[in-house]
Amino acid sequence: MKTAQKTPHGRPRALRTPGGFSFRLEPRALIVVAALVVAALAASVVLIGTGDFPIPAADVVRTLLGDGNAGQEFIVNELRLPRVLVGLLVGASLGLGGALFQAVSRNPLGSPDVLGLGQGATAGALVMIVLFSGSANQVTIGALVGGLVTGTLIYLLAWQRGVHGYRLVLVGIGISAIATAINGYLMTKADFVDAARAVVWMTGTLDGRDWKQVWPLLALACVLVPLVLANGRGLRMMEMGDDVSHALGVRVERVRLVLMVSAVLLTAAATAAAGPVSFVALTAPQLARRLTRSPGPNLVPSLCMGAALLVTADWASQRLFGDGQLPVGVVTGVLGGVYLLWLLVTERRAGRI
Amino acid sequence: MTAAGGDRGRPADRNNRSAGQNNRSADQNNRRSTVNRLSAENVTLAYDQRVIAEQLSVEIPDNSFTVIVGPNACGKSTLLRALSRMLKPSQGRVLLDGQVIQSMPAKKVARTLGLLPQSSIAPDGITVADLVGRGRYPHQGILRQWSAEDERVVRESMAQTGVAELADRYVDELSGGQRQRVWIAMALAQQTPLLLLDEPTTFLDIQHQIDVLDLCAELHEEQGRTLVAVLHDLNHAARYATHLIALKGGEVIAQGAPNDIVTAGLVEEVFGLRCQVIDDPETGTPLVVPAARKARVRAERAVAREAS
Repeated sequence: MKTAQKTPHGRPRALRTPGGFSFRLEPRALIVVAALVVAALAASVVLIGTGDFPIPAADVVRTLLGDGNAGQEFIVNELRLPRVLVGLLVGASLGLGGALFQAVSRNPLGSPDVLGLGQGATAGALVMIVLFSGSANQVTIGALVGGLVTGTLIYLLAWQRGVHGYRLVLVGIGISAIATAINGYLMTKADFVDAARAVVWMTGTLDGRDWKQVWPLLALACVLVPLVLANGRGLRMMEMGDDVSHALGVRVERVRLVLMVSAVLLTAAATAAAGPVSFVALTAPQLARRLTRSPGPNLVPSLCMGAALLVTADWASQRLFGDGQLPVGVVTGVLGGVYLLWLLVTERRAGRI
Repeated sequence: MTAAGGDRGRPADRNNRSAGQNNRSADQNNRRSTVNRLSAENVTLAYDQRVIAEQLSVEIPDNSFTVIVGPNACGKSTLLRALSRMLKPSQGRVLLDGQVIQSMPAKKVARTLGLLPQSSIAPDGITVADLVGRGRYPHQGILRQWSAEDERVVRESMAQTGVAELADRYVDELSGGQRQRVWIAMALAQQTPLLLLDEPTTFLDIQHQIDVLDLCAELHEEQGRTLVAVLHDLNHAARYATHLIALKGGEVIAQGAPNDIVTAGLVEEVFGLRCQVIDDPETGTPLVVPAARKARVRAERAVAREAS
């Protein structure tokens, strides 16, 4: 029997302090988080060292700690570090946003990629690029607005009377199709220069990111991550259905609204900063879940997984095809596409599709 | 006791009494009750525009095992949802310990009143102990996530429902009966003096139905919890309930002890089914035996002839 091979992950342990405080610990999840953080940091160091002027990892670390020579300091701190930080933040935001979407919709397909948030943000960005030939900042704002409008639309069409797994996905696919059509129309209207710029943006890339992109993302993450984690315990309960969580004293509607707004903001901001990097939001939570083997939304592991995935994918795209040759979105798209197929097959086997 | 006491052993009386008498005994029941912990006062219950019940008043007697029966779509589950704060009445109010339930903090309600809904989803890959542990949510907070007390209560809840040896098994591997016990254990871990169960025996075979009902009776008798359950099977309801509420079309048709109110007249009024009510040979509670098909058809023809 297949199920006999599964070994239970053991009960969560508790850390109890005098004064009646107690904290719930899942040893396996903690190890996974630690490993992912190490992986993300290691990939970041390697990524900083990669490029036209390769820098050994030891020098990168020394420079980051403020102990390097002037030339390395410029390359590391001014050119490559912001790019890597944007990568980490975008990956973390997408991972967390995806985990939130999937947990609230109780559906691994209910992630921002499938729901068309990325397409919506793209539409916003294209409007800026094609119709207004906007600056980088304007494009960012356009993408943010596009993402938020799409999120609101999804909410209005699919969410008002509670989520029903596949209805949300179907509405999302519809919205995604509409946004794609708009994007196609805008592209045919664009002149050559704008079109080239638009295509690069649409693939998702970290090229040329600097400190200006880091700060807003970091600020948003500093506000939203604690807010999301504070509501995470309620979200764990909501896995069991609205009725049970309601009976347990979770303010279901409020928690859902707070978390969805946060998820849309995180995803839209990440998309605005790096373009619609595909499939990170879809895959990161699922991979994290498989590693922790823990039920629940796995918010922190998903966040770390997203960051590690994106930075690793960026490194892979540079390493395999050279700096600036292949945007990171292509790599995540290929990996994520394979993963999506696998997911559809297993879901089908489990009889859920 | 009213005349009902004399009914024992004379099933013919049960079959002859009219619904009017039922209502009278229900009224007496109402007057007898003083201030109960949970009640609905003149509530109008509606989903969007669809009104399920109007001006409905129900008292749940303290320390009772109250069972709500009625035909499909009579508003049983809706009433339970209103009593558990999940559905806000468009008019009237639901009172818990003298307070309007909607105005109370969600977690406080959840520490007083538990609900096992009809539809509950066991998350993928969750173990029994983990699921039961989630019942502790209303007692926990950011700084009090998993106390020794939580652990003790979870252990006890699993022992009471007989799922202790399943603690490390995955919920999705269990049989339907075991799973229902696990969900009840979760509701028990909530440690609420009031526990509401929405059709806890649906989808179970007869052995597991009795099993779950026995468990409920135990909780009621040994721990003094107030239980409210929606049940489909009238005979189960009559056997286990200490207080029965018969609903039809969003109205209370009769309420009281099963021995007092379950008669052929009531069953016909509420369910539209001709039947005999006899004494349950095991427990002496009313047992509803539907009339044979031919007898029912004959009776329907007779009614039709009279009408024409």
